[in-house]
Amino acid sequence: MTATLTAPPARGDERLARQSAFSRLAGRPEIGALVGAVVIFILFFVVAPPFREAPSIATVLYQSSLYGIPAVGVALLMIGGEFDLSAGVAVISSSLVASMTAYQLSVNVWVGVLVSLVVALAIGLLNGYLLVRTKLPSFLVTLATFFMLTGLNLALTKLISGGVATKDISDIDGFASAQAIFAQSFDVGGVSLRITLLWWIVFVAIATWVLLKTHLGNWIFAVGGADASARAVGVPVKKVKIGLFMTVSFLCWFTGMHILFSFNTVQSGQGPGNEFLYIIAAVVGGCLLTGGYGSAVGAAIGAFIFGMTEQGIVLAGWEADWFKFFLGAMLLGATLLNVYVRRRAETRK
Amino acid sequence: MTTSPATSGTAIDTLVTVDDVSLSFGSVRALVDVSLHLKRGEITALVGDNGAGKSTLVRCISGIHRPDAGTISLDGREVHFRNPEEAREAGIETVHQNLALVEDLTVWQNLFLNRELVHRFGPFALLDRRGMQRKAQEMVAGLAVNVPAVKSRVRRLSGGQRQAVAICRAAGFSSKLVIMDEPTAALGVQETARVEELILRLRDEGHAVLLISHNFAQVMRLSNHVWVMRAGRCVGGRRTAETTGEEIVALITGAKSA
Repeated sequence: MTATLTAPPARGDERLARQSAFSRLAGRPEIGALVGAVVIFILFFVVAPPFREAPSIATVLYQSSLYGIPAVGVALLMIGGEFDLSAGVAVISSSLVASMTAYQLSVNVWVGVLVSLVVALAIGLLNGYLLVRTKLPSFLVTLATFFMLTGLNLALTKLISGGVATKDISDIDGFASAQAIFAQSFDVGGVSLRITLLWWIVFVAIATWVLLKTHLGNWIFAVGGADASARAVGVPVKKVKIGLFMTVSFLCWFTGMHILFSFNTVQSGQGPGNEFLYIIAAVVGGCLLTGGYGSAVGAAIGAFIFGMTEQGIVLAGWEADWFKFFLGAMLLGATLLNVYVRRRAETRK
Repeated sequence: MTTSPATSGTAIDTLVTVDDVSLSFGSVRALVDVSLHLKRGEITALVGDNGAGKSTLVRCISGIHRPDAGTISLDGREVHFRNPEEAREAGIETVHQNLALVEDLTVWQNLFLNRELVHRFGPFALLDRRGMQRKAQEMVAGLAVNVPAVKSRVRRLSGGQRQAVAICRAAGFSSKLVIMDEPTAALGVQETARVEELILRLRDEGHAVLLISHNFAQVMRLSNHVWVMRAGRCVGGRRTAETTGEEIVALITGAKSA
């Protein structure tokens, strides 16, 4: 008795390290997605022999990066408590604006690229501004911009180019350098990789760094988790939300540039539907639809799961139509798994 | 009026003086010529019925509302806060009724939300996570608060522990005045006792505490001074030691005038 009283417990550090390593791991938002990714990888590795070859993996990674880049922004936005249904169409809007600006005005494609960046950021700003100003849920605000952009994409493309696709811009000045940035391929050990894979890694790294290492990251978690509380301690909630919408727009723009410079032309009807893929990637990756919880790495794993499934189904020789079914099933499975993992992590000491 | 706060506001130990403050929302006169003062190292209770204007007054002091007329002084200087941020910088902290905690963040993240410690590298600012954890630990230990670990998420804490975290946050960062809106309304008996201890400790450390409470026993137990509000007016002030619960109730209901 006296012994315990005379020996003061080494309080500070002991208290800091009381959570076990396991519960900290299980408490990570991306852990469920990681388990899912491993399972799906093993599944296709077993059932689809071509899946085991390096070029297939390269294709999977490329496909994943196309979902993954916008999903980084969508994940940040979701952690911040909102979501963006206009993201899928905004990708195509960006490529349309860049392509038609360069072609119709006969200017260097970089002019088009910059104009479309401004337009894209303006769309994000509009989404964010409408949200904080009207206090409508982001579902409604971005559903409205989703339909408006879908209509604008089709109508303006027809009005300006006279068709459903933009003209080929591959012989316009600056195309080669823009392609080098947004859409080049390079060889690694005889396997051709696309540059989007590198950009994807860069964006995930930046997002992770912001979330975990900067005060902005703290604010994003706070506005998503409890925006009234965040406001009460002086976090600039509106600026954070608008900034997040603009981040999504930026990443959509980037993806749009990739599409433009890898195909030279853009179909104005593309895009709708992809916003759900980004959202699902984020949710499968452990982001909470209600905000305040999630990670960029998780969203990347979520996108990778899609890339694998999409290619895996083809390589296994199954009917490609099954992809959508798997998408839904995976979403359900991943969500349930995340809820389960989260509860375990919370109740465990 | 027996007490004239405007004249006693010049005393050295007076921290906050509210002088003839009025505020209307449209046709509703929420505050009418309210005058009162709070002293350093004292717990001042603000009581009154629902809708008497307690919260509105507190919101004026903490920078959420700006009075239509009248002045608020802090440390003898007139202050005109345009937002809660400015009030906070001046040393006025509020423990909101809903606590303003983010459940999915950890205790230390909540303590430092929007006051993050950072390492600066040119234009970059990296969070000093270890520094914040250490400091949070000190803040929690300093108030001997019963919080499991500063790394645990607020979601895992009990109501009393959450209240303690919110009070810790308000008490830290060299605040002069801590405003508490119904700090124990949602707590059990034991947790209420703990939080009351905490409030007394804040006072002993020299903070001024402004306590809004409907719990008369608590007001009589904790406070040094009581101000009573009725229908937007401050109808009287008493030293707690020189009054009774009955007198306060009479003032609140208007059965007795000051």
